Formats: sequence, structure tokens, C-alpha cells
Amino acid sequence: MTRKILDQQLREVKEKLLILGNMVERALLESAEAFRRRDLEASRRVVEKDREINDRRFALEALTIGLIATQQPVAGDLRLLAAVLEIAGELERIGDYAKGIAIINIRMGDSPQPPVPAEIAMMSQKAADMLHRALLAFVNRDTEAARAIPQEDDEVDALYLRIYRDLMGAVIRDPSAIEQVNWLLWAAHNLERAADRVTNICERTVYAITGEMTEMDATWDELEREDSGLPRPRSPF
Amino acid sequence: MEPVALELRNLSVYYGAFLAVKDVNLAIPRHQITAIIGPSGVGKSTLLRALNRMNELVPGCRTEGEVLFDGMNIYDPRVDPVEVRRRIGMVFQKPNPFPKSIYENIAWGLRINGFRGNRAQMDEAVEGALRAAALWDEVKDKLHQSGLSLSGGQQQRLCIARVIALQPEVILLDEPASALDPIATLKIEELMRELKRDYTIVIVTHNMQQAARVSDYTAMMMLTGEGERSGTVIEFDRTKTIFTNPRDKRTEDYVTGRFG
Amino acid sequence: MTTDDGRRTTDDRRRTPQYGIRMFEPNLERRKALGVVWEGVALLAILLGIAMLLTLLVKVFVDGLPHLRPQLFTEFPSRFPDQAGLRSALQGSIWLMVLTALLSFPLGVGAGIYLEEFAPKNALTRFIEINVANLAGVPSIIYGLLGLGLFVRGLGLGRSLLAGVLTMTLVILPVIIVSTREALRAVPASIREAALALGASRWEMVRDHVLVYSMGGILTGMILALSRAIGETAPLITIGALTYIAFDLRGPLDIFTVLPIQIFNWVSMPQAAFQRLAAAGIIVLLALLLTMNALAIWLRNRLQRRW
Repeated sequence: MTRKILDQQLREVKEKLLILGNMVERALLESAEAFRRRDLEASRRVVEKDREINDRRFALEALTIGLIATQQPVAGDLRLLAAVLEIAGELERIGDYAKGIAIINIRMGDSPQPPVPAEIAMMSQKAADMLHRALLAFVNRDTEAARAIPQEDDEVDALYLRIYRDLMGAVIRDPSAIEQVNWLLWAAHNLERAADRVTNICERTVYAITGEMTEMDATWDELEREDSGLPRPRSPF
Repeated sequence: MEPVALELRNLSVYYGAFLAVKDVNLAIPRHQITAIIGPSGVGKSTLLRALNRMNELVPGCRTEGEVLFDGMNIYDPRVDPVEVRRRIGMVFQKPNPFPKSIYENIAWGLRINGFRGNRAQMDEAVEGALRAAALWDEVKDKLHQSGLSLSGGQQQRLCIARVIALQPEVILLDEPASALDPIATLKIEELMRELKRDYTIVIVTHNMQQAARVSDYTAMMMLTGEGERSGTVIEFDRTKTIFTNPRDKRTEDYVTGRFG
Repeated sequence: MTTDDGRRTTDDRRRTPQYGIRMFEPNLERRKALGVVWEGVALLAILLGIAMLLTLLVKVFVDGLPHLRPQLFTEFPSRFPDQAGLRSALQGSIWLMVLTALLSFPLGVGAGIYLEEFAPKNALTRFIEINVANLAGVPSIIYGLLGLGLFVRGLGLGRSLLAGVLTMTLVILPVIIVSTREALRAVPASIREAALALGASRWEMVRDHVLVYSMGGILTGMILALSRAIGETAPLITIGALTYIAFDLRGPLDIFTVLPIQIFNWVSMPQAAFQRLAAAGIIVLLALLLTMNALAIWLRNRLQRRW
């Protein structure tokens, strides 16, 4: 007794998840890069691309649910497919964050002040890198990597705090910049959230492989503990 | 862990010199449904039949170890297998009603076991058993037709009713739905869920989805090793655990269909 | 391509790749012709048998029908053909059948039940089973010799009906035992399991189920065994069942005779009239046999069960 059909389709599901992940990763990098260069055209392309990300996510979901319905997976197979559903959702959300940054860029128009902080690009690169490795850990069933990656979230949080403080300073120096600062904060916050969602992906990875359900990192709790005076910026998207 | 209905201690079953089931230790919880799953030829039915001494009817079959039931080892020489079988009833793979009337199918078991009621009380007992087996409404107008005139699914529920009538404490089911269509199968499964309120149920099934659907606990049987022919229980746990996160790699391979 | 009778087949594409030739040579015509030839041979074989039987029956009926009159049944045998009848032989046959049935049914069915349902499956049981099966095939004259030694002389029963009944019982017991066991075995194991799993004892299971459901088969076997007994001559001649008996049978210890012996006797007479009487006797015997077989078939159909 073997599960040739199921095994083949599980491979297909993983491949499609990797493709989706790759698109989301590029969306993160491209939206931040377009923001840095204030390239409105590139940002429009990112927004455009997000539609495809959403479509692919639905297609992957349909494939997975079809597999559950027809192949009746249990145990490891079931955990894998349940994780895929969850991860596909997280990827779609990360894609939305990228789109959010692109829209911020477009909304900000030509206004130059204050400049886009360099940390935005660093954050996007870090988040994209974490995402890339998290998905590899998922398809390679690498629990060690999946447990290690969430700890790198602290770096992203630290970059975010730096941006936050710098921008607060800018507002104090020039209160008229408040609207621009708000846009920038939103963008940085989106990237911070994107990295958090990578943590969720790692949690799902560990669950798929071991069946363990553990919370790996609660970024906002820590942030609130360290800087309880901080307000929680809200994303408009 | 729930209160225990049947406790198997170092239970082994031999056919002649052949060790079919080896050294099983298991506590079957009371008023729960326990499924026994595992590949063909691993001794699932043999283990089940050891629980009400049906194995003894096979020439050359020998059982070692203990099955504790109600504080007594059912293999104790002082215990009469006939009494054991009334208190631990059994339903078989293929529906096997007697070629008698529906009424008589149920009344016979009562009569031989010394039912002390009068005619009206017998009628009542028959009706009660048929109701408990969710069959009454379908057969109440034809109680005196042959049990064989019923459909396969109805026949199997008649067999369950026949067992219930004797008010056993445990009901053993040996692949009770394997000869039935999907709808009849679901009815039997539904019935099992209802019966567990009053009875401890142990079911052997080839159908893993069925085990997953109906049972509360699952015992996974496997051959004791490569090239061995004796089977044993390698994992026993809540069904949810067996089907989402089994401990034993062999259980995982089996339930995901990658065994062999 | 098309076959010889014009139907299309897909054979064109089925060629062994390495040789490039057609893999199949259906040769349907030849195969069908061979079938027809063998069918013919088989038909001829059965026709031959039927022809012989018909000849015999026609001869018997032509000779015997005119003698099939009331006095055949009411008169005792006589030296004069027109006064001779079968009365004593018919009585003997009927009494022999009834008593043999009464004796062999409980013995044979009981033995069958014991062997099939209760006997431990060991070497002794197997030995007995094999011997019973073999006894069913022993020539009946051997039973006659046994009866002569055991019942006629040993028990001092003489040439009585009782000695005949006991001997005939011996003849058909193995057949009844074997057919009883067949009938019991036809009751599926699932029914036995069902009964035992409800807490029945072995005897309750046999009494209320196995025996009830196999009764049709048992009775059929019983009647077929009796049909064999009614035609038996050899063992009865051996124990000395007399031919010439000119009085009614009064009890089991009386001397007796039976139809086949009376017929045999008439056949061996020189007068042609006795030959025709014998033919009439054969018709009576045939009628008796057919009646019993019909009863067996009727019983089987009535009591047969499907699982």
C-alpha cells in the first residue's frame, strides 16, 4: 500500500507554495526598493502583481482542500495540508503589506520630506530573507531552522524602533512633517508585521513536522513591555 | 483515563504452535468506543474474539494471559464461556440473522438465556431491542417475516438488536459494516455512537476513516517485526491523537497509507 | 481487419514489436468446428443411454400393463400365473421400509450429528469418519452375510422381518450418516457463531438452528437411502427372505419376502405368463421408487433455505 497519488500531489502543493512564497518575497523587496527610490511606476507594478498573488493563494487553497476531500489525509499528511492552508494565508497577508507600502508610496506623491529612512530597505531585506528561509525549512522539514528563524525577528523589531524614534525626532523638529511621518511609520510597521507573520509560518512548520503547537514569539507583547509608553500605530490597510 | 471495562494482561493467542497475537496489554475504557486497526493478517479479529472466548470454537486455539472483566478473569477455569458470551456480545462481519422471523431472531437469545417474563414482557423486550438498534420503525409491521427478507444494513442492525436484547455490558463488532453500502454504514456508525451511552464497544475495522469517525480510542496492531507473523498492539491512544499525531512511526505509516 | 464472418477486430495494431507479426491467430472457424464435434459426441452418448432405458421401459410396460389389475395386489403368489399376486411381497417391502426408516433415522442422524457437531477432532474421529464413508461403498451382499451371521444365527432371529430390517438398516446407515453430515455442514459457520455468541450451548445451537435448517437435506438423504433399500435384493436373499409366502405378515418375527425377490423369482420361471407378471411387478416397484424420489425432491424444495 502506497500513496503515489497523494505523494505526487503533496509535492505539487509544496511547489506551488514555494512559487507563491517567492512572489511575495519579491513583492516585499520591490515595494521597499520602489519606496526608497520613490519610483511610483514600480509601486504600481507591485500593486498590480498583488492581484496575482491573491489568485494563486486561492488556487493553492482549492488544491489543498480538494486533496483533503478526496485523499482523506491523516496524521503527518493532514498536518502538512493544514499548515499549507495557514501558510498560504500568511503569505497573502505579507503580500498585502507589500502592496500597502506601494500604495503609501503612491499616496505620498512627490513630497520629499522627510526622506525615506534607509532602515526601511534593511527591514524589507531582513523580512524577505527570513521568509525565504522559513519556506525552505517548511519544504525541507527542517525543524531546527524553523525554531531559529523567529528569533531573528528581534532585529526587525530593533530596526522598526530606530525608525520610530528617528521619525518622532523629525516630528518634534518639524511638526508640519507629521503627515509624511505617519506615512513612513505605516510603511515601517507593515514590514515589522511581515516579519511577525514569518514567525507564524515557522510555528506552522514545527506543527506540520512534529504536531507541536507552540507560540514562538510575541513581538508586540515584548515591545509593549519594553516601551510601554508607545502607542500602537495602526495600518490603514 | 476513564474507568476500565476490559483489561487485557499479557494476552497471547495461539493456533496450534502458531503465535497469532502476542503479549497484548490493553485497558479498554468503559462506555467508550475502542477501534482496533491494523493491516490484514495481524490478528485483529483474533484479538477481538479472545475477548468473549469465541476463539475457543476454533480447534487448536489456545489463549494465554488474562482478560479481566468485572473483577474476574474470563479465562478462569471457574468461568463458563456461555455466560461470558451473553455478557460480552458479538456482531460479525457478514450480517448473520437466523433464517427465522425478525421477532424470533431476538426472542431466541432471550429464551435460551432463561428469560423469565411472560408473553407480553417478551414482546416488550423485543420491541425495546429493536428500538435501541434503530430498527423498530422499519420492521414493526413485519415482525413475523423472515430476518433474511431485510436489506443488508437492516440485517446487521437486527444482529445488533439481538445482542442488545441480552443486555450485555460489552459489544464486540468485527468489521460490522464491511459488507454494507455507505449509507447503511453511516447508520451503523451513528447507532454505535448512540449505543456507547449504555455499552462498551470494541470494533475491528479495516476502514481507517471509519475508525477515525466513530471511535474514541484506537488500538493499532502490527506484526511484531520484519518477517514475523505474530501481531501485537503497538500503540493505544485517543483516536484524535492516533490520527493527528501518532507516537509510533509505524502507526503514522499505516494511518497515512504508506505502510508496506 | 475483418474476420472471416465479416466482423471488424482491432487485431491490426496488436503486433509483437520485435517480430512485426500478428500476435494473435484467432482461428475461430476451426475452434468452433471442434466444439460442434464434441457436442455431437456427448449428445450421442446421452442418446444411447436414453434409448436403452426407453427400450427397457417400453418392453416392461407392454408386457406388464395388462397384468396390472387389482388381483396383483390382493393375491398371494401361486403356481398358476393367473392366480398369482404380490400381496405378501408388497406387505414385506412396505413393512421393511417403515421399520427400517424408524430404526435408521434416529441412529443415522444421531451419529451424523455427533460426528459433525460434537466429536472432538482427533485421530479416532477421523478413523471412524473414513470408515463410515467406506462402508457406504461396501457391496450390499457383504451386509447380507453379516446379517446372516449376526441376526439370523447369532441373535437367533431366524429369517424374520426383524432380521431383514436390522440388515437393511446396516446397509443404509452409512449413507444416512454421510448425507446427514453433508446437510449439517451446509449450515454456514456464521449461523453457528451467531448462536454461540448469544450465549447458547452447543446443544441449543444444534437443536434450534443447525438441525432445523438442515432438516430438508437430512430428510432428502434419508429418502434416497430408503429408495436404495427398497430395490435391494442381495442381502435379503442372503439372510433367506423367502419367495413363497402365502399368508399376511403378522409381526416382525414372521418370515417375509419383498418385491425384488418376488420379481426375481417370477423372472426365473419358465412360463411366459410369469414373465409378464414380473413386468407388472417391475412397474409397481418403479412406481414406488418414483414416488419416493418425488417426495425427496418435494421435501428438498420445500425445506431448502438460502443464506
